[in-house]
Amino acid sequence: MITSILIVLFLALLIGAILGFSSIKFKVDGDPIIEKIDSILPQTQCGQCGYPGCKPYATAIASGDADINQCPPGGDDGVRKLAEFMGVEYKPLNEDHGIPKPKSIALIDEDTCIGCTLCIQACPVDAILGAAKQMHTIIEKECTGCELCLPPCPVDCIEMIPIQESTENWKWKYPVHQLKEVSQRVRH
Amino acid sequence: MKIIDKIFKFSGGIRAETYKDISTKNPIKSLLIPKKLILPLRQHVGKISKLKIKVGDRVLKGQLIAEADGNVSAAVHAPTSGLITSMEKELIPHPSGLPDFCLTLVPDGKDIWMDRKVIDYKKIGFNETIKKLRNSGIVGLGGAAFPSHLKLTSYQKNQVHTLIINAAECEPYITCDDMLMRERGLDLIKGILLVQELLGAKKSIIGIEDNKPEAIKVLRGLVIDSNIQIKVVPTIYPSGDAKRLIYLINGIQIPKDKRSSEFGIQMFNVATLVSIHRYINFGEPSISRIVTITGNVHKPQNYDVLFGTPLEYLIKDTGGQIVNNDTYIMGGPMMGFKLPSKKVPVTKAMNCVISAEPEMLAEKKEVLPCIRCARCADACPVMLQPQELYWFAKSKQLESAEEYKLFDCIECGCCSYVCPSNIPLVQFYRYAKSEIIENVRNSEEANIARERNEFRIKRLEREKQERAERNAQRRAQNTPEEKSKLIDEKRKEISDALNRISNTKEKI
Repeated sequence: MITSILIVLFLALLIGAILGFSSIKFKVDGDPIIEKIDSILPQTQCGQCGYPGCKPYATAIASGDADINQCPPGGDDGVRKLAEFMGVEYKPLNEDHGIPKPKSIALIDEDTCIGCTLCIQACPVDAILGAAKQMHTIIEKECTGCELCLPPCPVDCIEMIPIQESTENWKWKYPVHQLKEVSQRVRH
Repeated sequence: MKIIDKIFKFSGGIRAETYKDISTKNPIKSLLIPKKLILPLRQHVGKISKLKIKVGDRVLKGQLIAEADGNVSAAVHAPTSGLITSMEKELIPHPSGLPDFCLTLVPDGKDIWMDRKVIDYKKIGFNETIKKLRNSGIVGLGGAAFPSHLKLTSYQKNQVHTLIINAAECEPYITCDDMLMRERGLDLIKGILLVQELLGAKKSIIGIEDNKPEAIKVLRGLVIDSNIQIKVVPTIYPSGDAKRLIYLINGIQIPKDKRSSEFGIQMFNVATLVSIHRYINFGEPSISRIVTITGNVHKPQNYDVLFGTPLEYLIKDTGGQIVNNDTYIMGGPMMGFKLPSKKVPVTKAMNCVISAEPEMLAEKKEVLPCIRCARCADACPVMLQPQELYWFAKSKQLESAEEYKLFDCIECGCCSYVCPSNIPLVQFYRYAKSEIIENVRNSEEANIARERNEFRIKRLEREKQERAERNAQRRAQNTPEEKSKLIDEKRKEISDALNRISNTKEKI
């Protein structure tokens, strides 16, 4: 009788110790659902969804505060992926938040720039280089095309340039071929 | 028969009509220097070359005009002496049909060589030789245009015991390697011995398809060295694919994510070996190649052409098209692509141009639904399930396509060739591949953007905190008496200013 109680007690203590240890050792930082949603979002950080960035929007989706169709840069494909991940019905992009545009990057007209640093403060990914009263320039590679630098510019010297297709970023197109009408096929 | 003489047949592949004899009737022809050469700065796999000269400069034949930028890149040299007149985006032979940066060289007609230096590779050592080869401009001339110095360096990490010479030339119509072997066999053998020595390989095996009896005869006559072996492989497309040829010859299957050098095997195309020989023993960089012009032209043949020569110039020399359709295919009929114009220049990757036969263009056969006959699976030399890949690519299920090893596909076109429903299968795979590659690139970019955004948020928070701390410190430093003193001072300043204003007003 006592042996069995001891064995059960021992087992309980052992399992408790293992569980306690693993809850500290394998603690998951952050919410994995938010991270997953965040990884689907395009990371433009443009705020068109109504939240200050992609991560806050992901948090809002996870908590059910925001809908899945508020991200224009992610486009229709993005909504589909979010719908699949969240296990909800697909819905078309909400046009109140804007419409998808071709991927662009910002370009500063360096002759017009007065060096006010306002765009630098607005850039969510620190992709603008410059200092007070010095000419500013965009680090092309880091620009996400969020357009947040456009409104603060007092001299309107920033322009969005759509990325041109070149031999470097060109890709094979989806093959399309003409189908003959059935009536025509029968005649042959 | 020794086991090593055995030919290992790979599964799949096709036996197609080769159409090779139409362009082998005449010897390789050299042409007069054209009036204008267009030199694309990207003729190779890898980074675009870095410009070393200015527009308006005079250059000599063989002079370096753009050097390799980084390791995976190749140099560009002036194919003849003359004047560099412009650098602009011009049409290049690329499946996209998009323009890319090109230099225009107007030859002076004198064709003066720069100072050619023979490379004493035995004296300067292996590393120096490779460094020099980096600026030789030599890339794989079989059509892939992979910088050759990279293939030679791989030797350092893995001991290479066998050099395989790719002389299979398995695609129909192409005969440039065949003609090279017939006419310049000695140069080839010298190139083989040279590269074998550089690699430290013990033996070399020439893999050649049995549809080139004349070339085989020439090589057999030249090979006296027992280290060089000639292996005649059956004419089955795509035996010229590197991994297929290695299997045919050695019976070794190289996994997709490994290089042949890890198995002690390195492969070079015949024309590449001749180029390396010309560079090391004569100091001549890569400035010309042999191109097959064939198909629907009056006199199909091979030309030894300077890079940058407009294709137009060659077509004109063949007597032009028999049936006018102004359509040209670069590469073979299986893997080639339609050129955007006949004004494009000859590049390092251009092994063959087929003037399209009327039947190639004839209203493409009607595409019918897939009936899952699995003929494509039988033909696939990499043992994939092309019919499954087709469904996945068509319905844009890219993840499933990847699971079915889409990236093992070598785009040889056997599946499209045998498809009874005439489905352009390879086009679907190419589409799916480039879509996946773009997705990967986009998610990499997104990750960088996320990191930068997170860093910025942290930075802003830190700055805010620091400011708050500074303010708190300042507040803490001031005692109540000091504070009231400061306020009194400020008040005095204000009243002084007000007095000044009223004084000036009175004066007026």
